[in-house]
Amino acid sequence: MGTFLPYIYLLAALGFILAIKWMSHPSTARRGVIIGELGMVLAVVGTLLRSDVVEGDQYLWIFLALAIGSAIGAPLAYLMPMTSVPQLTALSHAFGALASALIGTVEYYRIQPTGFTMGALAAETLLGYLTTTASIIAFGKLQEILPTRPLTYKGQNIVSLGVLAMTVILAAVMVVSPGESWMFPAFIVLSLLFGILLVTPIGGADMPTVIALLNSSAGVAAAAMGFVLDNKLLIIAGALNGTAGLLLSMIMCKAMNRSFINVLFGAFGQVQTGAAGSAVQRPVRSATPEEAAAILDSASSVIIIPGYGMAVAQAQHKIRELYDMLTRKGVNVRFAIHPVAGRMPGHMNVLLAEADIPYDKLLEMDEINQDFPVTDVALVVGANDVVNPLARSDQASPISGMPILDADRARTVMIIKRGMSPGFAGIDNELYYLDKTLMLFGDAKGFVGSMVKELGSSH
Amino acid sequence: MNHSSFEFGLYVFMLAALLGFELVKRVSPLLHTPLMSLSNAISAIAVVGAIVILGEKDAPTWQRILGFTALVAATLNVVSGYLITDRMLKMFRKREPGQK
Repeated sequence: MGTFLPYIYLLAALGFILAIKWMSHPSTARRGVIIGELGMVLAVVGTLLRSDVVEGDQYLWIFLALAIGSAIGAPLAYLMPMTSVPQLTALSHAFGALASALIGTVEYYRIQPTGFTMGALAAETLLGYLTTTASIIAFGKLQEILPTRPLTYKGQNIVSLGVLAMTVILAAVMVVSPGESWMFPAFIVLSLLFGILLVTPIGGADMPTVIALLNSSAGVAAAAMGFVLDNKLLIIAGALNGTAGLLLSMIMCKAMNRSFINVLFGAFGQVQTGAAGSAVQRPVRSATPEEAAAILDSASSVIIIPGYGMAVAQAQHKIRELYDMLTRKGVNVRFAIHPVAGRMPGHMNVLLAEADIPYDKLLEMDEINQDFPVTDVALVVGANDVVNPLARSDQASPISGMPILDADRARTVMIIKRGMSPGFAGIDNELYYLDKTLMLFGDAKGFVGSMVKELGSSH
Repeated sequence: MNHSSFEFGLYVFMLAALLGFELVKRVSPLLHTPLMSLSNAISAIAVVGAIVILGEKDAPTWQRILGFTALVAATLNVVSGYLITDRMLKMFRKREPGQK
């Protein structure tokens, strides 16, 4: 049996590669999940069959652990509302990384490695522990147990980088020589601490990048474990996840015209003291649901721009009703999705798909931006910085150079918003003060609901 | 792990990383959230390592406790990752609403 095992692992690796490949399009994606699950089952069964690995009376404990993990994991996946997907993902990262870190810890005491193996083990435990605490903090922020604004103090970056430097130095010492007995526990504590320090100063709207990065680091931790255990399947699976996360976070950074360093250490989105508060109240035009519905009714093309506010208000189902109503009246309704809208990559697409909006109506920024000038109405629901024209015009603005959705180029702009508060970047939005802009003040769900009712009774 | 095996591992890592890059680049932004939960579930391949640790002959109790915890955590990651990915993908439909 033992001689077959490497080939079972090979098949599992093939399953994982095909799983990612088939994720490229919605029509093949579910097949991808199934082949990925098969790969995982093969890997687990293959490992269980290794008589050299598993001692007979340990099967009971193994099955118990598998059962407990499934018993918690399954309801988590099914009962979490779709708006909580970012939190669930953060939690998932924390558990996966914790597993890598604990295994690395056991391996350290079991084989007392130095050299290459210790280097890989240090990478595994460092990334494992830091991803665990960082993901828990990210979860807290997304669940709003912790404040979503960046928490900062003076000299913060120096403290964080100092902790990281100490961690790396300890690791280097242990690579060169077996080291003192206090070193490994200290290394663990510092790794855990660095995870906390890393994410605490990062604000809520930067979570798409952060979650993608933590996804990547959990993957690299698993790959490093593959080096420690001399297991190619772990290396392949970890490398696939590591690059997936890294590439996603690069896409997110590009969509904000910011660098990793700026996201991680820039404490972006702190409350701007003074400037914003002292600004003169400028007049805006506002409209009632009846007026807004009448404008939509007479339009022939509408682009809806959703943002995190739509998720908070759980407005996606009402928006679907609005979409149905307008489509039935012959209005061309489409959705413009900014890459960083929401709290994780692709967040808005999932919510709109949940509300049963066909995915070919969900368009990326590059696909739809040229259509705004020939669009009657741009309806912004809970998005702010991603439609702020200041990104194009004001060099000094914190969002300068960020690619935005050109809502301001539509013939009429309508913005559903609770009040005039600034967005995450803490700056005023020029879009609100344009002559063609109508502010629709109210809760997104309620306001869209009233518009739907109005449209329904209009004939 | 000896040197030649380590070197071989680095080759595997490099090729898998480049392959991952090429594959992920082709994923539609529509599916970035399910992609993330799927790749996260795949990296929970740490279950394999956890089984090895927990199942080892004559392991001390502390090792079994850590191995058990690691296996619960990794299984949780695998199960929730795959199920949520599938749940999300089920919702992506092309048809016009209303036509069941």
